[in-house]
Amino acid sequence: MKNFTSVFSGIIIAIFFLGSSAIYIVDERQQAILFQLGEVIDVKTEPGLYFKIPIAQNVRYFEKRILTMDTEEPERFITSEKKNVLVDLFVKWRIIDVKQYYISVRGDEGLAQTRLAQTINASLRDEFGNRTVHDVVSGERDVIMEIMRQKADADARSIGVEVVDVRLKRVDLPQEVSESVYRRMEAERKRVANELRSTGAAESEKIRADADRQREILLAEAYREAQKTMGDGDSQAAATYAASFQKDAEFYAFWRSMDAYRQSFKNKGDMMVLEPTSDFFKYLKNPAINK
Amino acid sequence: MGLNDPQWGKNKGDSGPPDLDDVLRNVNKKINNIFGQKKGGGGGDEGSRGKGPKQQSGGNIALILGLLAVVWLASGFYIVDEGHRGVVLRFGQYSDTTPAGLRWHLPYPVEKVEIVNVSQVRTVEIGYRNNVRSKVLREALMLTDDENIIDIQFAVQYILNNPENFLFKNRNPDEAVLQAAETAIREVIGKSKMDYVLYEGREQVAANATQLMQRILDRYEIGISISRVTMQNAQPPEQVQAAFDDAVKAGQDRERQKNEGQAYANDVIPRAVGNAARLIEESEGYKQRVIVSAEGDASRFEQILTEYSKAPKVTRERLYLDMMQQVLSNTSKIVVDQKNGNNLLYLPLDKLMNMSGSTPVSPVAVQPAVQEVMPDSSIRPRESFRSREREIR
Repeated sequence: MKNFTSVFSGIIIAIFFLGSSAIYIVDERQQAILFQLGEVIDVKTEPGLYFKIPIAQNVRYFEKRILTMDTEEPERFITSEKKNVLVDLFVKWRIIDVKQYYISVRGDEGLAQTRLAQTINASLRDEFGNRTVHDVVSGERDVIMEIMRQKADADARSIGVEVVDVRLKRVDLPQEVSESVYRRMEAERKRVANELRSTGAAESEKIRADADRQREILLAEAYREAQKTMGDGDSQAAATYAASFQKDAEFYAFWRSMDAYRQSFKNKGDMMVLEPTSDFFKYLKNPAINK
Repeated sequence: MGLNDPQWGKNKGDSGPPDLDDVLRNVNKKINNIFGQKKGGGGGDEGSRGKGPKQQSGGNIALILGLLAVVWLASGFYIVDEGHRGVVLRFGQYSDTTPAGLRWHLPYPVEKVEIVNVSQVRTVEIGYRNNVRSKVLREALMLTDDENIIDIQFAVQYILNNPENFLFKNRNPDEAVLQAAETAIREVIGKSKMDYVLYEGREQVAANATQLMQRILDRYEIGISISRVTMQNAQPPEQVQAAFDDAVKAGQDRERQKNEGQAYANDVIPRAVGNAARLIEESEGYKQRVIVSAEGDASRFEQILTEYSKAPKVTRERLYLDMMQQVLSNTSKIVVDQKNGNNLLYLPLDKLMNMSGSTPVSPVAVQPAVQEVMPDSSIRPRESFRSREREIR
């Protein structure tokens, strides 16, 4: 019985072992190459369960997903106006021809990425050399990226790789140039600030002047109105006087004179030098009837 | 159940035959253990089930195999939490996506399940880590269209909209979001003017970056949808912050100056309106006063005239004398009889006036002066003058 159980378990182990080495599973994320004694005999790009001959055949798996190549340090490039820019980019790529990929870079991702980086750097140098900083930063950024993608893709096909996308991340000026940019920005802000302040002063003055003008106009108009009204009053008064005084002009003159004299000489300070011969004194000299 | 379970969760990506072998080895080990136990001293344990280990071993094996089969089948159960999805792979090939609940799949090695959280909002931060203050300047500083440099911190929130693509189409999909975010924001900023980014265009920049990121990620079929890009901060770099602050202050100064001007205007114009109204009112008052007093004067004159015409001579005389009396009683006066001496007469009028203001005129003061001026003239007129003067006073 001991023998039986050990044999039984041995058989099970053997079945498992053989079974496991006779089948292989390719995951959704993978593609595989089936080798027979070192020779590529099949390529599996679809996921699923596959069979192989144990021992004689072996399988290598490769990524089917999109992979990323991200430059670690930004590289310096020179633009058409001889300015340095620091450029940082990433590349999205995937293996589309596993056999080619295996043959040319031996399935080594690092090797493939080095190859890609070389191609891209070279074409980037070309593209930047023909363009200004402004172009690479804003104007033709997408154009450059598309050109590079096409170039890199065309080249990458030879190693069984498709370049899905090449994208610039940072396109920056080197530190020493940044400093001068900061100074320019500062100067520009100063200009804006001064402009704001002086236009503020100007506007303030404008508002004040306008207020003064309005005041002058208001007062002048009021003066005109006032003079009109007063003239009107004067003329009405004059008419009243004339109508009344015309009834006896001579008496008016006399009566009015009396009043005027009375008004003119009413202070002690007023000095009158009189002749005793004046009419007023006639009785003072001669109380006789004066006819 | 516990046999395979720990393997399931970890069994992602780079699985394959080595794993399978491991598992099989484990199974074998386990079986061996069970057998070993029996060999050792399992008698006591099995007293209730059978009469003896030797007689029962064949049945035991069947029982064990049956148990193993049950365990194996039971290992296919899995629970998908709310907000998660189970992605089922059959021999590595995608077969199904299962919603939340208790699910079952064909057990290993036929099917595998990977559980993905689809409802969780994930976030990547660009320009900073964890806290807006801990900046990553390398990421944060970027060039604008007008070749200025600005400092931006933002966060990208995203959710999975396609768990299969998320799992199968990209290696490191979360990192891809970070990369796409960086390139997208730099492209958008690179096409915008600094003032636009810093002030009025912030929202628009975020919206454009969201769109661009989505477009980039869709190209990678990454199964992610960007829900929001939130600008944490967009400001000029520290080196020029002071100048920018000053410019903002200048803007405030400008407003202040304008307000001051307006304040002046608000002070001056109402006053002027008031003054104008005063002028007009006063003129109206004057007019009324003049008219009414003219009427008064006229009426008085006419009344007197009526009486005058009845007795002109007497009235005239009376009026004249009234006036003279009033005038002369109120004023200082000197009576000079010029007919009697054709001399030059010196009157120190200014002195007289001064004195008349305070004290009565003293004849003594006048006399010497008169004498000096007219030494040859007779004394009489002077005396008469003096005496008359006294009389009048």
